Amino acid sequence: MKFPVQTSPHVEAPSSVADVMTTVLWALVPGTVAAIWLLGWGVLINVLLAVGAAWLAEALMLWLRARPFRPALTDRSVLITGWILALCLPNLAPWWLPVVGAVFAVVVAKQLYGGIGYNLFNPAMVGYVVLLVSFPEAMTRWGAPIEDGAASLSFAEALQWSLFGVLPGGMAFDALSQATPLDQWRMVLTQGGEVAGAGASIWQGGGWSLWLNLAFLAGGAWMLWRGAIRWHIPVAMIVGVLVMATLLWGIDPERFADPLFHLVGGGVIFGALFVATDPVTASTTPRGRLVFGFGIGVLAVLIRSFGNYPDGVAFAILLMNLAVPLIDYYTQPAVFGRKGRAGAGEEKGS
Amino acid sequence: MPEARATVSPGLHGFHGGLDVEPRKAPACDRPIGEMPLVDEYVLPLHMHIGAPAIPVVSVGDHVRRGQLLARPDDFISAAIHAPTSGVIKAIEPRGLPHPGGLSAQSIVLAADGEDRAADPFPPWPDYEDKSPVEIRSRLREAGIVGLGGAVFPTAVKLATANPGGVETLVLNGAECEPYISCDDRLMQEAPETIIRGAQMMLHAVGAARCLIGIEDNKPRAVEALQAVIDRLAAEENEDRFAIKVVPSIYPAGGEKQLIRTLTGIEVPRNRHVTDYQLLCLNVGTVANSWHAVVEGRALTERVVTVTGGGVAEPQNFRVRIGTPMAKVIEAAGGYTEGVDRLLMGGPMMGFALHEDEVPVVKATNCLLAMRPVDRDPAPAPQPCIRCSRCSEACPADLLPQQLYWYARAQQFDRSHDYHLFDCIECGVCSAVCPSHIPLVQYFRHAKTEIWSAEREKAKAEHARRRFEFHNERIERQKAEREAALAKKRAAVKAAQEKAAAEDADGDKAGGKAAKPEGEEKSTAAMSIEAARARAKARKARVQRGEASSDAPPANGEASDSPERPGGSS
Repeated sequence: MKFPVQTSPHVEAPSSVADVMTTVLWALVPGTVAAIWLLGWGVLINVLLAVGAAWLAEALMLWLRARPFRPALTDRSVLITGWILALCLPNLAPWWLPVVGAVFAVVVAKQLYGGIGYNLFNPAMVGYVVLLVSFPEAMTRWGAPIEDGAASLSFAEALQWSLFGVLPGGMAFDALSQATPLDQWRMVLTQGGEVAGAGASIWQGGGWSLWLNLAFLAGGAWMLWRGAIRWHIPVAMIVGVLVMATLLWGIDPERFADPLFHLVGGGVIFGALFVATDPVTASTTPRGRLVFGFGIGVLAVLIRSFGNYPDGVAFAILLMNLAVPLIDYYTQPAVFGRKGRAGAGEEKGS
Repeated sequence: MPEARATVSPGLHGFHGGLDVEPRKAPACDRPIGEMPLVDEYVLPLHMHIGAPAIPVVSVGDHVRRGQLLARPDDFISAAIHAPTSGVIKAIEPRGLPHPGGLSAQSIVLAADGEDRAADPFPPWPDYEDKSPVEIRSRLREAGIVGLGGAVFPTAVKLATANPGGVETLVLNGAECEPYISCDDRLMQEAPETIIRGAQMMLHAVGAARCLIGIEDNKPRAVEALQAVIDRLAAEENEDRFAIKVVPSIYPAGGEKQLIRTLTGIEVPRNRHVTDYQLLCLNVGTVANSWHAVVEGRALTERVVTVTGGGVAEPQNFRVRIGTPMAKVIEAAGGYTEGVDRLLMGGPMMGFALHEDEVPVVKATNCLLAMRPVDRDPAPAPQPCIRCSRCSEACPADLLPQQLYWYARAQQFDRSHDYHLFDCIECGVCSAVCPSHIPLVQYFRHAKTEIWSAEREKAKAEHARRRFEFHNERIERQKAEREAALAKKRAAVKAAQEKAAAEDADGDKAGGKAAKPEGEEKSTAAMSIEAARARAKARKARVQRGEASSDAPPANGEASDSPERPGGSS
């Protein structure tokens, strides 16, 4: 009897890329729900617009590149890109903001590099940074948290605002909007005031950003438990933020915000769990992940403190993405037999 | 059905990564080892071990008996081959091998006569303790004993490399970590005393002080059977050198270096031998067959083979004569089931798919695994690597398969070297955990063969270059020698001429030099005749002195002024 020949091993992986991505998508749910709860329907509208635009952009690019549709469109990675980008955008953003960001992220940062697995930079962060640099005014349209007693919009009103820029009668944009904690801090910083007051704003009004961060933490814990991410990058990044923030705060507490403010006053928790852990653009060795995460944390605080933009997490992630090949090369684990007693002095002989 | 597990021994060291695979050992591991009926024809490839192919010592038409030597080891690293039954040598010709590439190789074909008469065995040595390690090694060599765990490395050679530094600990490998395979499990259950006795013999042969037996915890009955023998020997003979270590069932716990690390904490690097660490690792089946060879004088002519998988009707272990066509073994296990589409030699992790089942069982055949599509998940098309690094977390050699894959794909083989490609043991764990379903091991095998062939090419080019340089050197040297001889000849002629001129010119020495050119011009013909004469005379004198040199040019009178020859030989 004759047989067709296959190569070993003759068992297949129990999971697939789509399974990994699905875990991440589920993990985004608690944080997203919390964001909608705290910041209004605008968040959901952003998510829907960005995810839809990202998916369509992926399909278009696959068609232009003459690549098979099925694997790329069903691996769900593009949904994560759109979703993560949307969660970074202001809740009173006009419709084209998530769309432009998502399209740029998918077309330029992902597909032009070769699609999933080949992109050097995190696509969602590229999209976010492009929006931040190109449309600074639109990127500041943050509505005040609902809890703070500000007027809130219904879903239909939010959609109307997003699509047409029309608010319900008698409502002014200024009544809705409020600067983010980081914006406030930056404003104070640039005007030479004391930051102690701005930093404290986080803890006022029920500490809404604390709840948001807890929701993201819950999703992150679930990803960890499911094995979709490893602990190294989030932990190292948070440690990096705390170390750098403590250092600056210790030098001049009047000029620099306290470490806890840095931790929960922006995108650190979200970035550490959902963005920096993107396997394609992160380091892959255990030690490399620690270096990668720590580097992001340090850079994020430095950029916040000395840069021109309020939040530095996105820039820090992109900068460390650049360093990944180098980090990976120099943090290779010692291979079997080349560590400890038995392997001592072996390297020379081989 | 909850699977019975033995208690894992305390104080183990473990190894990085690995994979918790479904064992799938039942039902073959629950059934006793079956005997195979004789078949009509046995095919014995001359090369079924590591090292040089064996040299046939029989010719077509010879009658042979079971256990008779058919082919002798050709080199230090080689193994003898014996007749699996009595019969007539039908042919010595290329036959299909169990090989991933479906190759053929020179094989001895034996037509069985059905009588199965045995040849005289080697002298049995129940008193092996009086024999020296060298004697035991030569017996193992004569009996064709090779590692039966799958590596088929000649056991005598393994023992010989162990001897210089001595061996402190003998490790018996009964881990059998590949799914489906249960031949060692059954052997440990059914012949525990042969294994322990064989290990005692090996302890003597290498002068080791103790023996650790590594068994995975999914083989509680094997652990029990061996422990019973060890306890009995401890009570009756005061035998206290044995200890069973039950190791967790994590593939590849039975890899030689992984098992040694688990049991002793010692990591043996790629370029070192286990024996450099005063350790020796042998498979339980190898030890049992070594005992047969030394104590009973029996050559290796059969082995236990697991015939299993959803593709065979009645999975079971069989004692199979080496050379039996695999199709016959499958028949003994009730034949194929409906829809079988894959036949493997070895387990699903490291085994390879066979092109056909008409190839013979060889010494390396521990398992025949027949699969249907339903026995494995369908292999989806590979997707791009997302660098999730599950492969590196699972790699028992602590490699970064995702990086190796990147460079193997890009054909950047020097980078593959940097990432320690050659430390890869090809266990298949990385491929098995990859969510992108990339056949990683296959890439690494390919990269290795590419590097090997590049190195061979380089060696070949280097050889050609050296040959060319040597050739040039020789031409140069011969030219120089010829010129030197010519110069000498000229000098001799000139001297003779000057002498003649001096005589002719009646002592006018000052004019000699000035006159020379004219003289030379005048009597060139005479001078060459003179020179030829002198040359002939010199040659004659040399022949008489008996120092005719074969390779020196004839005119090269004195060896002292020939240039030094580099390299020495031509």
